[in-house]
Amino acid sequence: VRSLDPVTLAVLNGRLVQIADEMDATLYRSAFNPIIAEAHDACHGLYHAQTGATLVQGTSGLPIFVGAMAFAVKAVIDKVGRDGGLEAGDTFIFNDPYEGGTHLNDFRLVRPLMRGGRVFAWIASVGHWLDIGGAVPGNYNPKATESFQEGVRIPPVKLARAGAIQQDIVDILAANSRVPQSNWGDLNGQINALDLGERRLHALLDEYGDDTIASALAALSQRAEALMRASIAALPDGTYSYDDFLDNDGVIDRPLRIALDLTIAGDRMMCDFSRSAPPCDGPVNIARSTAVASCYVALKHLFTDVPANAGCLAPIEFIIPDTTLLGVSAPRPVAGYTETILRVIDVIFGAFAKVAPERANGSPFATINALSLAGWREHRRRWIMFCFFGGGLGGNPEGDGLNHSNNPISTATIPPVEILESLYPVMFTQWALRPDSGGPGKHRGGLGAIYEIEALANDGAEVFLIGERGKYPPFGVNGGKSAALNRFIYETDNGEATPPFISKVTDIKIRHGQKVRLETPGGGGFGDPATRETTKVVRDVRLGYVTREAARRDYKVVLLADGSLDAEGTAKARADI
Amino acid sequence: MSERGVIVGVDVGGTFTDLFLLDASSGSFRTAKVPSQRGNEAQGFLNGLNALGGAAGMNSIVHGTTVGTNTLLERRGPKIGVITTRGFRDMLEMRRRDRRRTWGLWGDFVPIADRDLRLEVNERTLADGTIHTPVDLEQVRAAAKLLLEHGAQAVAITFINAYANSDNERRAMTEVRTLWPNAFVTGSHEVLSEIREFERSSTATLNAYLQPVVAAYIGKLEAALTVQSFSGQLHIVQSNGGIMSTATARRLPVRTALSGPAAGVVAGAALAKAAGFDNLITCDLGGTSFDVSVIADAKVAVAAQTTVDFGLVIRTPMIEITTIGAGGGSIASVDRGGLLQVGPESAGSVPGPACYGAGNTRPTLTDAQVVLGRINPERPLGGELKSLDVEASKRAIATDVGEPLGLLVDEAAAAIIRVAEARMAGAIRLVSIERGHEPARFVAMPFGGGGALHVGALIREIGLKCVLVPRFPGITSALGCVLADLRHDTVQTLNLMLDGLDVEALQRRMSTSARELSAVVAATGIPVARIDVVNELDMHYLGQTHTVTVPLRDEAGEGTCISQSLIHQAFEKAYLASFSRLLPGLAIRVVSLRVTAIGRRPAFDFSVFAPERFASLERAQIGKRRVWFDGGWRDTYIWARLALPAGAVIAGPSVLEQPDATTVIEPGLAGRVDVFGNLIVEPAR
Repeated sequence: VRSLDPVTLAVLNGRLVQIADEMDATLYRSAFNPIIAEAHDACHGLYHAQTGATLVQGTSGLPIFVGAMAFAVKAVIDKVGRDGGLEAGDTFIFNDPYEGGTHLNDFRLVRPLMRGGRVFAWIASVGHWLDIGGAVPGNYNPKATESFQEGVRIPPVKLARAGAIQQDIVDILAANSRVPQSNWGDLNGQINALDLGERRLHALLDEYGDDTIASALAALSQRAEALMRASIAALPDGTYSYDDFLDNDGVIDRPLRIALDLTIAGDRMMCDFSRSAPPCDGPVNIARSTAVASCYVALKHLFTDVPANAGCLAPIEFIIPDTTLLGVSAPRPVAGYTETILRVIDVIFGAFAKVAPERANGSPFATINALSLAGWREHRRRWIMFCFFGGGLGGNPEGDGLNHSNNPISTATIPPVEILESLYPVMFTQWALRPDSGGPGKHRGGLGAIYEIEALANDGAEVFLIGERGKYPPFGVNGGKSAALNRFIYETDNGEATPPFISKVTDIKIRHGQKVRLETPGGGGFGDPATRETTKVVRDVRLGYVTREAARRDYKVVLLADGSLDAEGTAKARADI
Repeated sequence: MSERGVIVGVDVGGTFTDLFLLDASSGSFRTAKVPSQRGNEAQGFLNGLNALGGAAGMNSIVHGTTVGTNTLLERRGPKIGVITTRGFRDMLEMRRRDRRRTWGLWGDFVPIADRDLRLEVNERTLADGTIHTPVDLEQVRAAAKLLLEHGAQAVAITFINAYANSDNERRAMTEVRTLWPNAFVTGSHEVLSEIREFERSSTATLNAYLQPVVAAYIGKLEAALTVQSFSGQLHIVQSNGGIMSTATARRLPVRTALSGPAAGVVAGAALAKAAGFDNLITCDLGGTSFDVSVIADAKVAVAAQTTVDFGLVIRTPMIEITTIGAGGGSIASVDRGGLLQVGPESAGSVPGPACYGAGNTRPTLTDAQVVLGRINPERPLGGELKSLDVEASKRAIATDVGEPLGLLVDEAAAAIIRVAEARMAGAIRLVSIERGHEPARFVAMPFGGGGALHVGALIREIGLKCVLVPRFPGITSALGCVLADLRHDTVQTLNLMLDGLDVEALQRRMSTSARELSAVVAATGIPVARIDVVNELDMHYLGQTHTVTVPLRDEAGEGTCISQSLIHQAFEKAYLASFSRLLPGLAIRVVSLRVTAIGRRPAFDFSVFAPERFASLERAQIGKRRVWFDGGWRDTYIWARLALPAGAVIAGPSVLEQPDATTVIEPGLAGRVDVFGNLIVEPAR
């Protein structure tokens, strides 16, 4: 491997990332289901020929996939190692969560980039399909106790042989979904993206030569590792622990501990999750590869200048025993994996707040609230509106947290109300910020939201939800307080109700004209709320972000009847602490 | 007729106000450059006109402005109110649930209208256009009164599904107008009758925010022009590169967001076409940014939407301009991983590069150019500084780049330029190669103060065919104001299936739009050679949410030659241009109709830029100095660019100087002066 000058390296890095970005854009623009087209629940990249390690990722791809794709490509490499018979133009497809997947909805397409009869690298595409069978439309089955109740599991198989699509595979996929046409459109979008990436990469390799590009890829990985080591080395040595909890697994109503002991030793880091709860009956387990991918997401948020490739994981050791819910294998259910990985990310943030309090942020809202409303159209065809929802980010050293953001695992934008209403028989009656949902702090947590949806179809709608943070709120740091809990409310013939598992819902049906309401958490606060500038609290009350009562209770700020500051009352309230 | 008279283009930029005056009757032109006055742009504008002898004798003035953009970026607009569907007042603040960047969770967002000035009323339209709840006009009145009491100067009315049926929104607007003291009432369907509530509402709200500012600015200009006995008409350049009347600009100021840069692209396209090039990439290098735009087959690329700043989305057709933070003021530094970075941090024009001696001690791209002898330190642009401090540049580069990388100061300066050029090349690649344009078919046109310093990189790094440096790179945007066509466009969401499409109804709709838009164009009063109408359909396979734009070849706008099967063919052709696979058998839907009316201006005769007939090479050569190229110092001829005769060929290494720009011809390249005074640089034969 010859060494490249830093300028050429920077140029090639830009070219490679652009190719991945354009693959992302191609899929978004040609996909069918709004979770990819509007919410960008997808990712593309370039992966190492032998190890599957991530070489290049797009900047817009879903962060959690950025971490997980390497394991998916490795699964294909292993299969080729076992079965042989790889040809140019082959494309593998699978959704197996235990082979470097995440959950069954995420379909991976993996294709070798062949140069002179050898695999130079792999290109891959992943996107969230709307439905792949199982007990529940949209596959978020909160009651699943084994994978088979969640949907159809496809191991790595050849979708295309030497460029020819295998109709057998397409037929199997179509027969196992409630919305085959949507899946067919998304599959074609992913093929479009791979075709484009392959074409562009061949052009780049032709232009610079395979050796030059190989050298650049190696150098970029080494650089990420060097930056990560430098970042870790700057932190104080020691072991820092943080524990948090999931509400329940949807099957048994008891909390599940997610525990981290994080050790910094020189330029190395160890993440030990051994004290976490054992594998659970319900669908909030994750595979080891998914756990590692979520650690990668947390670390990238903390060390933003380290490039997104496998090099940044080299200095980090993971201890994730298969006796915990973070290291399960088939057929443990995993549909609600998003909730668990968000908690894994939270405990890293929590431990990091002890390592470097001055750089910490309050916990983000950290639940995706995967809500599906489903019903029937004419001719017994299914409609499924699947959406996940926003909340607040944590207060941080720079200022207040962002209102209504996406989650740390995601860059997904929310589908427009008008798109959802034009596709499904629903009407949104509220789409608003949720007062008092941000964790109080010197820098307040961002606000969560209230979404209220009415069923317009004559036969109403079935409702499914996998959420979290219904019992354990997003935490604050450095004296900041927790955010509001997640709440789900649905209308029945006897008035409003909340589900027994709080954040997980199945077997609920609302009638025509009845509503469901989701109230999502904000982010945790940063710093003691009693030190927040009084002018900011007055403004928060004026704008309705914080109620008058909460201003008094949490911020020790007293307002006069006209909404202005009661300076005397406030001074007294703050002195009394 | 004014085409025989005097037309003046005025581009007010961040640092300078540039003017270009064309006297059509005599075929002569003049230029002027005066400092801009930030916050009082009208004064710079008038100073510029005075530099050309005042407005009295001028027949029309066409203005490219950044007042709109700056108002948005610096949040200098007034208090405004928003009236929304009950339950949706937070939609603007909730955005599309995005965050600032993929990695890192810090940073918040302050919406353009405060939450207590966003009020809700009872009303609701469904996705199919059915009115579910008629608008409660009592509540609308109460809301408008409350907004006025709170001091709102403008109001946007943004109702859910107004694209499908605008009745409720129109009734609310009428009601508000009865008590609103000014004309600043914007309805979302008026600005953009297209699905997606956030994008439509954001565009409408930003329009309301800009209305008082842009109207006051235009009012100030018009009043001052009247005082100067200006009897012609003032026009404004839109983000789509077309001219509009000041009346339209007051009504739809959101369309001025990229006014100035768009004019530059228009000029580039016209200049290149006259010089015989249809495929062009314009490269505008200013103090803080590098703006790139592609013109393929003589067509300017137009984007449907842009994000001005996080959460501030404008959806209206704009010339597609890709901007990266790499300008003359971009700061060079070495990151913790030992990699040299240039930008996006910038020293701007104040305090500016280290060599300005105005307080910045960190090295910039301009400092690197000064150290390597490419910029003449005795003759800085714009005439405000007497000379540049070369030693300050050297110190800054040695400390921040040379020492950390173990390079001598010359080498470090050269490395800064190379990294900056790599970023510029990346931006160009993003808009060209990555979109399937073959670079060898394209010429680059660098303009702005610094673009022509990087001619060599444009050829070497990207493989472009050649580089065309216009006669006056520094006033290109002002020239564009004089050249721009008149233009007006509209979009209407239809949501109709192609199968069974009522083609006659579509044709009637196209004809109506064509008539209305042509009337707007005609009302500007600027003479045009003809009015073209362009019809496009946004289409997709049923189930997709994004669309491809399908041009209908029916320039007359009468819709005489469209049919279902022709639309089908046109859709498949457009789809295959973007994606590798059609989806035969799936239903196809017509989502929106886009109609544009373009008033084509009479052709401009670029021979006004022809070099003087008695110019000579001998007199153009004004000196020699040492300039760094390819790892060493080379004795290099310095030329007075404007004194070169047509047909002259200048071999690299050479530096060409003129008041508004510097051109560097690297070794191995040669520049040829064409009959229009352009400099065409290519690899030497």
